[in-house]
Amino acid sequence: MSKQDDTVALAAALEHNRRRERLTRFWLLAPALLIILAISILPLGITVVYSFLTPGTYGGVTWEFSTDSYVQFLFQRDIFDDTLVFNSAYLSIFLRSIGLALGATIGALILGFPTAYFIATKPREQRNLWLFLITLPFWTNLLIRTYAMLLIIRDEGIINLVLMKSGILSSPLAILYTDTAVFIGLIYSFLPFMVLPIYASLEKIDFSLVEAGYDLYANRLKVLFHVIVPLAKPGLVAGGILVFIPALGAYITPELLGGGKKLMIGNMIAMQFGASRNWPFGSAAALILMALVVIVLLVNALATGREARGNG
Amino acid sequence: MTGPEVVTQRKAAVSVRGLTKTFGEGEYAVTALDAVEVDIRENEFFTLLGPSGCGKTTLLRLIAGFELPTHGVIALEGRDISALPPHRRPINTVFQSYALFPHMTVAENIGFGLRMLGKPAAEIRQTTERMLALVQLEAMAGRRTDQLSGGQQQRVALARALAPAPKVLLLDEPLAALDLKLRKNMQLELKSLQAETGITFVFVTHDQEEALTMSDRIAVMKSGRILQIGSPRDIYDRPTHRFVADFIGDINILDGTIESLDNGIASVRLKDGTAVLAQPGTATAARPGAASIAIRPENVRLAQAGETPTVSGTVENVVYFGAATNLHIRLATGEQMVIRNPGAVEEGRYRPGATIGAVLPPELIRVLE
Repeated sequence: MSKQDDTVALAAALEHNRRRERLTRFWLLAPALLIILAISILPLGITVVYSFLTPGTYGGVTWEFSTDSYVQFLFQRDIFDDTLVFNSAYLSIFLRSIGLALGATIGALILGFPTAYFIATKPREQRNLWLFLITLPFWTNLLIRTYAMLLIIRDEGIINLVLMKSGILSSPLAILYTDTAVFIGLIYSFLPFMVLPIYASLEKIDFSLVEAGYDLYANRLKVLFHVIVPLAKPGLVAGGILVFIPALGAYITPELLGGGKKLMIGNMIAMQFGASRNWPFGSAAALILMALVVIVLLVNALATGREARGNG
Repeated sequence: MTGPEVVTQRKAAVSVRGLTKTFGEGEYAVTALDAVEVDIRENEFFTLLGPSGCGKTTLLRLIAGFELPTHGVIALEGRDISALPPHRRPINTVFQSYALFPHMTVAENIGFGLRMLGKPAAEIRQTTERMLALVQLEAMAGRRTDQLSGGQQQRVALARALAPAPKVLLLDEPLAALDLKLRKNMQLELKSLQAETGITFVFVTHDQEEALTMSDRIAVMKSGRILQIGSPRDIYDRPTHRFVADFIGDINILDGTIESLDNGIASVRLKDGTAVLAQPGTATAARPGAASIAIRPENVRLAQAGETPTVSGTVENVVYFGAATNLHIRLATGEQMVIRNPGAVEEGRYRPGATIGAVLPPELIRVLE
């Protein structure tokens, strides 16, 4: 056999090996790919398809292409002359939801940061107990917890009872079924999602950096804002995202504490699949919500990316 | 906190009086510092030397203000600062871990102290540039600190602590994390930086060689107390305590009894009955009774022909180092003694088992506390 033949045979063998390797890799990945397809891409695909169909009379969809669902989000078709008139009803629900979710995020931040700082500065052996207490509410269903919150803030609830018995108030504070109730409920539901990531980043801070801050003429407040907060930023951002996104799509909290009068996006979407029998519009609204979330994540990714490049 | 009147010597930068620090309470209480007294002079390179756990870092942290004293007073230029928080003391620290702010550039790190003091931006920029030049890091001003080497981070930490022109600079084992060669360079650099800036340096280390190389004065600490304060020569040539003698360099320590004291010179009888003359370093050391005497290996000389040896013994080992040769001998008292460079040692001159006599010059023997 000539030298050249040897080389050709070797190349063929290598190519064969490489192909077999690629095949093995594919089969190893297949289960994961299948699960991703089944639980993520397939439902999303169905939602996208439904959003471009026409609603069926008794719910469901009829297979007829239409962009009406998206148009309906901002405009109303006049029943007489068929012209499109701007309609802010749905948009305002979205804006309200964004406002409430932002408010809840800020509220959770204000409550969550000191909580996380408190835990992070406890002796190591005590921290797990505190973290356990933070996660304890998760042992109970959100629905039950929200009902409990309802009992606390209603007119005859504990808060009003105490305020009235002690003579501070003569008539109960009407909190239930207001934006305030939804706001309180959202903060209560998602606070642990704020505390845990902030704790994780605070816990990692080298305490000698805090001492260095004090040493270099920074008082407590300056150390907090010039040293601790910047170092805890990854946790603050993660906590913000983890509270904002579920708060934006919240369903149970506005349903129970808002009394169904103060709608958020989640309730509106649910309504389309229920009473309103408009599946395509529900799908479209869900996709618009998702687009909002994606935008938030993109902005964050860009911001951190720019920072990372600044570092690099 | 009301302490005793602080009487300081002229030109004392930091005066410490009766300083005690206890951690924990009740039966778990640990005394890290026990009634420490020290005056650190202006513009000096002062080193706290001792093994880990001796309280040197605690003393530094008390001066910085990170810990508050249990008892006692710390004064800066005669003013009691014991109760002031760290940010109100014109004292800066170079941390062992450097503690550079990872979210700031090199320049921002250096300017931090001035920024917190509310200095105008122009002044901050000028000082930062001067500091960058001082530590030769002009090219790194815009870098993040994690992109620097250990030696460069060390320099940034120094520049950051020097930028606000503190009255005293505290350095907590700042060279411990550097490799040997870099450490040697930084030792010299630190020393010249101290001379250049004229700032009082208080340096903490457990490395006796480092302490001897860099310091104007050294305080040797053990178990929360300062045993001896003095120049490197004082500490090395005239140790007062057994611990100090043992901790710094190699030394021969022999047990004996002080029999008499004449004009400050003690006559000590060794265990084999030999009488030697020695210098007590302190009053306690001069007290009659059981005592230890010490002499450096390089101060012991072999007895020449016709000379009466102070002590004699049997050669056990000859250890060749290249630059020096150590002769290990077993004395008649049963104790071991090392003689460094016993004259011109040609190979094979002293064999294990040979009997030799050694001369211990009285002026170089110390009686230890």
